[in-house]
Amino acid sequence: MKPSKQSTSGGLNDDIGETKRLALYRSQVRLREAEQRAFDLFLQNLVKGTSHLSLGQEAIAAGFAEAMQKGDLSFCTYRGHAHTLARGVPVEKVLGELMQRDNGLMRGKGGSMHLTSEEHGVMGSYAIIGAHLPIACGAAWRAQYKGHKDVSVCFFGDGTTNIGAFHEALNFAVVWKLPVVFVCENNLYMEYTPISEVTAVPHPAADRAAAYGLERIIIDGNDADVVYRTAQAAFAKARAGEGPTLIECLTYRHSGHSRADPAKYRPEGELEKWKERDPVIVYRERLKQFGVSEDTIAGIDAEVRREVDDATEACKAAPMPQLDILTTDVYADGGWAWRN
Amino acid sequence: MAELTYREAVARGIAQEMSRDPDVVFLGEDVAKAGGVFKATVGLYEQFGPLRVRDTPISEQAILGAAMGAAMTGLKPIAEIMFSDFIAVCFDYIANEFPKSRYMSNGQTKCPLVVRTGNGAGSRFGAQHSQSVENWCMMIPGLKVVAPSTPRDVIGLLAAAVRDPDPVIFFEHKSLYAVKGEVPDGEIVDTLGTAKIVRPGKDATILALALMVPRALAAAEKLQSEHGIDVEVIDVRSLVPLDTQTILNSVGRTHRLFTVEENPRLCGWGAEIVSIVADEAFYDLDGPPVRITTPHIPLPAADILEDVVLPTVDRIAETVKRSLNS
Repeated sequence: MKPSKQSTSGGLNDDIGETKRLALYRSQVRLREAEQRAFDLFLQNLVKGTSHLSLGQEAIAAGFAEAMQKGDLSFCTYRGHAHTLARGVPVEKVLGELMQRDNGLMRGKGGSMHLTSEEHGVMGSYAIIGAHLPIACGAAWRAQYKGHKDVSVCFFGDGTTNIGAFHEALNFAVVWKLPVVFVCENNLYMEYTPISEVTAVPHPAADRAAAYGLERIIIDGNDADVVYRTAQAAFAKARAGEGPTLIECLTYRHSGHSRADPAKYRPEGELEKWKERDPVIVYRERLKQFGVSEDTIAGIDAEVRREVDDATEACKAAPMPQLDILTTDVYADGGWAWRN
Repeated sequence: MAELTYREAVARGIAQEMSRDPDVVFLGEDVAKAGGVFKATVGLYEQFGPLRVRDTPISEQAILGAAMGAAMTGLKPIAEIMFSDFIAVCFDYIANEFPKSRYMSNGQTKCPLVVRTGNGAGSRFGAQHSQSVENWCMMIPGLKVVAPSTPRDVIGLLAAAVRDPDPVIFFEHKSLYAVKGEVPDGEIVDTLGTAKIVRPGKDATILALALMVPRALAAAEKLQSEHGIDVEVIDVRSLVPLDTQTILNSVGRTHRLFTVEENPRLCGWGAEIVSIVADEAFYDLDGPPVRITTPHIPLPAADILEDVVLPTVDRIAETVKRSLNS
C-alpha cells in the first residue's frame, strides 16, 4: 500500500502569496455570508423547497476553486451552493434560484439542488448521490480525446463512497487515465447517520484508494491553504496526463443535512469542538499572522456583506418566473413536443 | 445497392457517422476488439482506432455517465448497453440525468448522445436477457426513443439519432440481427419521428415496431390471401418523437386500429397510441382498437414457452380477422 499523505498547514509557509491568500479569504467569507443569508431567508419563508448548506466546509470549495483555471469544469452535489459561488457565479443568481425567482440561475426551473452555470464551468449540481462521478469522467474523457488541458473536478460527500457509481467511476477513471479529480468532503455524517456506522473503513474515500491503484490522500479540509496546495498538485498531475486523484478532505458541516434537519443526533460538544477550527476564523487568524491589517480584513468582510445585502434586495424585488418557461427546453428545439 | 444483415447495418451506420464527424466516439463492453457480443460492431475498432472505439469495464453507470459528460462538453458519444435489460442497472442516467439536464438548467446543458442496446426476445435467453424495454424509456420527458425493423432503417435512423441534439435511446432487436435486407449505397439519413407505411391497405391499420413489423407484414399477407382482408401495416420506427399524423391519417382511411407490441400488456406504447386515437379520431373508428401484446408475465426461457408469449403471425392474423368479423 502506498503511504498515507497527512497534510497540515505546517506553520507559516509563504508559497501561496498575499494576493492569493486574500482571494482565498474573500471567497470563504463570501460563501459563509451567502449561505448564512440563505438560512436567514428560509426563516423568512423566502427560500422554498429544501436546501443543503455547507456552512463550515468553505475551505474546500474556496481552495479548489482558487486552484482551478478558466475552462476547468466543476461537478457538485445538491450541497453545491458553495462550489457554484466559488467559481464566480454572482450571489444574486444563486440566491435568486434558491428563492425561485425569475432572476435565478435557471429562472426557478432548477432550484437549490440543481445549480448550473456553464459560463463559469459549473456543469451542474446532481441530486442523485454518485451520479456525477461518471459524468465528470466523461467530461475528462472529452478533454483527453481533444487534447485539451482542462481538468474536471468532482465534489461529493462521504456518503457517496458507498454507492456503486463511486466505484465504477474510480475504476473507469484510472483505467482510462482521465484528467479528473475526485474530492470527497468527509463531514462525518451521511445525511443523519455517522458515516462510521455505515462504512467498513475509517476513511471512506482514502481507504478505498488503494483498490484503484490511487494514492491515499487525507487532508485538513478546514484549512484553505492545505486544500489549495493539494488541489494544485492534483491538477498538475491531471494536466500532465498522469490520470486521476482522489482526495479526502476532513471537515464538518455546522448545520443539519438539510433545511428540515436540526441535527439533534450529534453528540454534545462536537459542533463546538469543530467550530474552534472554523475555516473562516482559522484563515482570518492566518492573515493576521502574515501581517495583513485588521482594516484590510474588515474591508473584505464589509464588501462581501454589501454584495450579499444587495443580492438579497435584488432577489426580493425580482418577479416570480413567468409561466411561459414551464414547457421550454425539454428538447433541444426549445419546446416539449414529443409527437406531431 | 447491397444486401446487408441488420447487424452489418449497425456497424455501417456507426462507421458512416464516425467518418463524417470526428466528435463521434463509441464506447461499451466488448465493443472494440471483440466487435460486440452480437458482432454488430465488427471492424469499427480496426477502422477508427482505440481512441474512438473503446472497450469499457462492466460498469453500465460509468458507461452512460461518461457518455453524458462527454456529450455535455462537446463530443457526440454512442454508448452500447449490451442487453437492454441492463438499462435497469444504469436507469438513473436514462430517467434522471440525460433527460432533465437541459430543462433543469433552463437550456444551458446539452446532452446529444445515443444509447444503442440489444432489445427483445426470441433467443431463449430467459427473463433477464430478453425483454423489450422501450416502454421504460418512452414515458420520460426529454428522451427520444427509436426502434428500427430493417437494415436500411438501422442506418438511416442511427444517423438521425447521432445527429440529433437530444439524448436518443436506440433499440436494436436481437432477433433481427441476422435478418438481411436491401440497403442503398451511399449515405443514408432519416428523420426521427417519421412512421413508415410498409404495406398500404384499406380494411384495417396495424401498428408494429421492430421484430413485430415483419410479423405484422406476414399476418397481412395471410389475411389477404386467406380471407381477402386488406390490411395497412405501419412501422412506427420512433416512439418519441411519435408520428401521430401518419397513424391518424391511416385510421381515417381504414377505420380499424390494431397495435402489435412485444411487451407486457400493462402500460405498453400501444395503449398510449390507442388513447390518442380515441381522443382525436374516435368517430373515424368502426370498432374498438385492439392491442396485441405479450401477457403480463416475465419471459420464459424454453422455446415452446417463449414462442407462445410473443405475438405470432397467426395470433395477429386471427385477432384481426375475428375483430373485423365481429
